[in-house]
Amino acid sequence: MTPPDLTKAAPAQVAAKETASKGSSRLDVRNLSLLGVLAVLIAVGGITKPEQFLDTGNLQLVLTQASVIGVVTVGMTFVITSGGIDLSVGAIVALASVWATTVATQEYGFAGILFTAVLVGTACGLVNGVLIAYGRLVPFIATLAMLAAARGLALQITEGRTQMVTVNSVLDLGLPDAYVLGIPPLVLVFAAVTVVGRLLLNRTTFGRRTVAVGGNAEAARLAGIDVRRQRLYLYLLSGLCCGIAAFLLIVLSGSGQNTNGNLYELDAIAAAIIGGTLLTGGRGTIVGSVLGVLVFTTITNIFALNNLQSDVQQIAKGAIIVAAVLVQRRTAHDGT
Amino acid sequence: MPKTPDSARSDTAARPGSTRRGLLFGGAAVSATALLAACTSNEPTKKDKTPATDNRPAADSAPGKKVTIGFAGPQADHGWLNAINENARNRAKKYADVTLDITEGSNDTAAQIGQIQTLINKKVDVLVILPTDGKALTQTGLAAMKAGIPVINLDRAFASPQASRCYVGGDNYGMGLNAGRYIGEKLKGKAGAKVVELAGIDSLELTRLRTQGFDDALKNYPNITKVARQAAEFTVESGQAKMAQLLQAQPQFDALWNHDDDQGVGALRAIAQAGRKDFLMVGGAGAKSAMDAIKADNSVLKATVLYPPTMSASAIDLARALGQGKGIGGIAELEIPASLTLYSAVVTRENVDDYLPTGFN
Repeated sequence: MTPPDLTKAAPAQVAAKETASKGSSRLDVRNLSLLGVLAVLIAVGGITKPEQFLDTGNLQLVLTQASVIGVVTVGMTFVITSGGIDLSVGAIVALASVWATTVATQEYGFAGILFTAVLVGTACGLVNGVLIAYGRLVPFIATLAMLAAARGLALQITEGRTQMVTVNSVLDLGLPDAYVLGIPPLVLVFAAVTVVGRLLLNRTTFGRRTVAVGGNAEAARLAGIDVRRQRLYLYLLSGLCCGIAAFLLIVLSGSGQNTNGNLYELDAIAAAIIGGTLLTGGRGTIVGSVLGVLVFTTITNIFALNNLQSDVQQIAKGAIIVAAVLVQRRTAHDGT
Repeated sequence: MPKTPDSARSDTAARPGSTRRGLLFGGAAVSATALLAACTSNEPTKKDKTPATDNRPAADSAPGKKVTIGFAGPQADHGWLNAINENARNRAKKYADVTLDITEGSNDTAAQIGQIQTLINKKVDVLVILPTDGKALTQTGLAAMKAGIPVINLDRAFASPQASRCYVGGDNYGMGLNAGRYIGEKLKGKAGAKVVELAGIDSLELTRLRTQGFDDALKNYPNITKVARQAAEFTVESGQAKMAQLLQAQPQFDALWNHDDDQGVGALRAIAQAGRKDFLMVGGAGAKSAMDAIKADNSVLKATVLYPPTMSASAIDLARALGQGKGIGGIAELEIPASLTLYSAVVTRENVDDYLPTGFN
């Protein structure tokens, strides 16, 4: 769904660019520091496992594994930028993925699966949005309720079974034959969502309204922004991203299971925060969030290649989150 | 929003666009909801559902004294636990003299204690308990035994042997052992053979036991080295992710043991995505999808090591025998044994037809 004011953004863009340039230089420093973290990680991977890490197949692997959570994180970044939170993303991914892989849905083939996944995700987002914007529920509570309800419904649909996808056109999309110029289709979708998200947040009225609502909702309201409608759209957008992610996950795993999307909410929030989006709202960066996702995926990849076990992985992951945020804050201070 | 041709015959409302848009959107939402609602069904259109139960006759199926069996288990949130419930139900149905009182499954220890207390108050003749957490339910097991109700402890063991009359469970160590032996025999004589392990949730004791058994079995084959091990989370998603990493890390290996067939669905997907066929794979638990693949013999999956969900059917057999004061046939003992650990059979293409009816979805 496109907000009606998107077309009005064009004339305002010249003015916006001037005001944005000041802010964006600081954001770039933040992104730059995260790029530094990523560079260090790549160096570590390249030194410890040169043959396996520095390899086209591995690049494809890391980007593919990042694409599902990446799409979720883009939606999450909008919500957090507006001062909200969406705890239901993982549960929505689970519900959309199982709803789209029932025997009944699969009879409609590729289009049926895609349509159902996206629609279920968006519908859940709509419910979140209505509860928060018009039902005046705190986002934390409303989306927590959605988390419980969506997981429950997903379990009810599957009865705990793994639903195998039998539609070949969906399955083939995840196989090497479907790669476009060596790029997996999942990664293309991830890239497209990132580009659209970045443009929407940085180059449109919708994006500026999001930042304004997150910075100071009352001021935004006095400035004539329909804060409630804006919030509704934002949760809708997050739900839409979950729907897309659910479809990607179906392609990736060739199945739907009620355990899908486990703890996505934490991964997405963590990626957005180390990317430089403020948990309190008012500032957000899509590029930073995507870099955050890539940092996490690369860490997992390096650990797996070096055959480190999950206990060590978890300890190191925690340490790296703290280190990344500290490094980033330091550079951000130096930059301003 | 682009004007549609029929907007010519516009109504005279102040904001015609918005009402029509509202109507359009509302209409679309209603029809989409109707469409979606039709899509939650998981019943196959054709009647090809085979019950995941064992139809072999019990030792003594001649009707006897009427027995009421109380059954309490965790929430059936994955295939194996679901099969546990189905096996118990179907087994009880086979006996005219058995009434099964089965509780709503719960993963909450407090809730499960409450459910079992209710069953004790109802004065069922025998209790079958698959605890969410074995140690946490020890006191409840003791309470039931003190109330004179014999308890059969299924799979997840209580902390005290006093809390149950009989334990029936799978053998996690044995799973690893048999998987290791099977792979060892297959790779016998191959110098410098490499093996990879895709484990389950690492924080669970059962995962450690499976790995321990696997490692112990491999020690008998000096030509084999385990080159990598990663832990997934028993889910398809994690299986795909971890297997993809393992395949990237190990460009060449000879065999793979995957602890769990549910995550194996994801692992097989990752193997197909990587286009690898150069090794043999052994699964675990005994899902129907895995057995189908073994039977079809068109993937790297050549065998799976059972963790039989039929154990709940056996528990019903034992509960009935306890309630009627009988022993079990085929052994010399007059009494039912205090402990029964099931064998983790290796299902291959040769014997898959025997086990296929026990495979779970």
